[in-house]
Amino acid sequence: MDMNAYLSMFIDESNDHLQALNENLLRLESDPEDLSIVQNIFRSAHTLKGMSATMGFEDLASLTHEMENVLDLVRNNKLKMDSFIFDTLFKGLDALESMVQDIIGGGTGKADVTAIVTSLKAIEKGEHQSQAKPAAASTASNGGASGGAALLDEFQTSVLLQSIESGHSVYHIVVTIREDCLLKAARAYMVFDFLERNGEVVKSIPNVQDIEQEKFEHSFTVFTISSVNEQELRKGIESVSEIQGCEIIALDETTLKEISGGSSSGAEAQSNAAAQPQTIAAQQELSTARAQTAATAAPAAPAAAPNSPAAAGGGASRTIRVDIERLDALMNLFSELLIDRVRLEQLASEVKSTELSETVEHMSRVSGDLQNIVLKLRMVPVESVFNRFPRMIRDLAKTLDKKVELIITGAETELDRTVIDEIGDPLVHLLRNSLDHGIESIADRIAAGKSETGIVHLRAFHSGNHVFIEVEEDGRGINREKVKEIAIKNGVVTLEEAKRLEDSEINMLIFAPGFSTADKISDISGRGVGLDVVRTKITSLGGNVTIDSEPGRGTKFSIQLPLTLSIISAMLVKLGEEKYAIPLSSIVETGIIRKEQIRNIHGNLMIEYRGNVISVISLSQVLQSPSYNEDNETETEIVVIRKGDKLGAVMVDEFIGQSEIVLKSLGKYLTNIPAVSGATILGDGQVALIIDPNALIK
Amino acid sequence: MGEEIKVIVFGLANEEYGIEVEKVRTIERMIPITRVPKTPAFIKGVINLRGVVLPVIDLRGRFNLAETEQTESSRIIIVAVNDLEVGFIVDTANDVIDIDTDTIDSPPEVVGGIKAKYLHGVAKIGDNRLLIMLNLAEVLNKNEIIQLEHLED
Repeated sequence: MDMNAYLSMFIDESNDHLQALNENLLRLESDPEDLSIVQNIFRSAHTLKGMSATMGFEDLASLTHEMENVLDLVRNNKLKMDSFIFDTLFKGLDALESMVQDIIGGGTGKADVTAIVTSLKAIEKGEHQSQAKPAAASTASNGGASGGAALLDEFQTSVLLQSIESGHSVYHIVVTIREDCLLKAARAYMVFDFLERNGEVVKSIPNVQDIEQEKFEHSFTVFTISSVNEQELRKGIESVSEIQGCEIIALDETTLKEISGGSSSGAEAQSNAAAQPQTIAAQQELSTARAQTAATAAPAAPAAAPNSPAAAGGGASRTIRVDIERLDALMNLFSELLIDRVRLEQLASEVKSTELSETVEHMSRVSGDLQNIVLKLRMVPVESVFNRFPRMIRDLAKTLDKKVELIITGAETELDRTVIDEIGDPLVHLLRNSLDHGIESIADRIAAGKSETGIVHLRAFHSGNHVFIEVEEDGRGINREKVKEIAIKNGVVTLEEAKRLEDSEINMLIFAPGFSTADKISDISGRGVGLDVVRTKITSLGGNVTIDSEPGRGTKFSIQLPLTLSIISAMLVKLGEEKYAIPLSSIVETGIIRKEQIRNIHGNLMIEYRGNVISVISLSQVLQSPSYNEDNETETEIVVIRKGDKLGAVMVDEFIGQSEIVLKSLGKYLTNIPAVSGATILGDGQVALIIDPNALIK
Repeated sequence: MGEEIKVIVFGLANEEYGIEVEKVRTIERMIPITRVPKTPAFIKGVINLRGVVLPVIDLRGRFNLAETEQTESSRIIIVAVNDLEVGFIVDTANDVIDIDTDTIDSPPEVVGGIKAKYLHGVAKIGDNRLLIMLNLAEVLNKNEIIQLEHLED
């Protein structure tokens, strides 16, 4: 079998499972008593183990196996979670993650995991410091159970006992299959199916998985709660072909206790001992459900145990995985269609045929809808970036010895994939910064009269054509005096300038290159490389960062991002022969000014605009236009653009109109062209450059 | 006998040049070029090649030869080297020939006014025909462009 074909699927699914493991472990850490979370973790680990074993990644499989063993003890109440176990499991997860990363990078996924495996084994044997005690030792039957020799574990026993108490029949059935049977698993499945239809299978020996894989001789044993009597059960089971016979014993409380007490002898007990650690998750789930519903023996049998463990992975999701390259190809094809549409619209208006116009109009509407769908296809919830943060914050808080709670809202907010790919690192920087510089130490917080747990909010939401992502903490806030002091010392601003700065401008100083207010350099942040990188990255994505801060109350970083980077609305303008596009998102308005309105103030051209004086920018000079010079005109068209709080009036020759344009890169040969952010193809097939308004305003 | 290679032959200022055929994507007639500001003079701008925006270089300008008016026979040769895709404006492009790698000699210091480092070698075809093989990676070397820009400043 060619494994390569499955490799990408394996990688995708492993990442999903690792993420699920991470999330569930974090949930469990805050609520260690909730065994249903353990079930989820166990299921993810189990699937991961199976997948990696199939793919031949032995180290991955063996490490997962050890983790699974520990989890198995936990969910069977034989081990209580403590911080040592959590840390070891998290370490294991990290190791698994790096192994999967290695596989993604084309490696073999091999790693030395002996240290982690040893501590996992120690936990398993109860040798770690806190010493695993068999929990809930009150049950009399528990004495021998932890040894694994018992037929039924404590949990299953209690389920069966409850069933008997509430008047249902419990049977111990040994089914023997004919020796010449070819499809033992299929026959066994049919027996299970019958039993599930008439009740619940609580336990089978060997376990369901082994039975599925035909890992049994010619008989298997089940404990079942049934709504029908012994005769009917026998009839039903024996009606399955190739079944030699079955031995049915009705159990009462005494016999049940005997069995669970481990006094049962021989081969059965042994096979149970071997099978115990691998008891299938689905079956456990049924037992849990049963325990919760006080063991009603309703014959409804959802998620039949003999089905594959994957089926137990929660509600069926109605999605498919698509290769990103195909989506990009779709996007490119659609862009070409869009260019033709603009061209057709032009032609139709020239030809003036009603029928043609109507057809083109209809096509425009359809392609508009298509555009929405294509763009939506590329939208990914920010969750895919956010989901790694809870773990990061947990680890960081431990390192810094602070108490921090991360509250994520709006994780379902969607952003274009290209933006998603880029936004991760800036957010990591901001969050680290918040924890390191924002949130105070526990002692400081108590002294300031705050609760000792610092709260970091990570929010995402839509607003108009933008997505906002906010990182807000309730820490000490920005010390503006200190910021000014350092900015002056580092030569970011002069003493004179610093005096005139407003609060918001002082806040923005922390984004200056090489700036850091941390007294000492820590591992987490404080090297002064973080924040200016954050701003550069976000600006390059066409976004914007602002800061709100109140001393003693906290700081809020607010990132504004465009919804998509592939199709934007733009204003097309002319400079003599040449055409340019200016993104509509940064345009405030357009207008006409007379030459005498332009004033020269200290060598800077300014105009009065709605009560403010704003600078005038000559686009023809910036772009060295060969065929246009506004000096020759008495009246000139202006486009007022905005960058943050600053406005600027850009002089152009002529407006062409507003249009949806497709962003194209200039290729790798032409990079870092000043004031140009890319190119687009116009309806006439010509290339127009897209102006970067942020580069025009200083 | 060395290897036989296929070469696209193009003309530039009275000389004949060759580029290995596998590095050439297409040859186009002249199409409108959009100027890109603040680039070296030999970068003529960008074109729309079936939906892809590509930069175009005037090879005469690149080699510091006198630039001339474009004619009916001017062509844009689109080449792809090291994941760079660029168009070259040349005077003519009209031939594909097979040459033997053994006939390629290392270039003298300067051929037709072009420095040797841009050249891969000179191939003799027939009795008195010389074909100058271009070293595309060097022609598209961006470090040198940056140096050029500094000189202009």
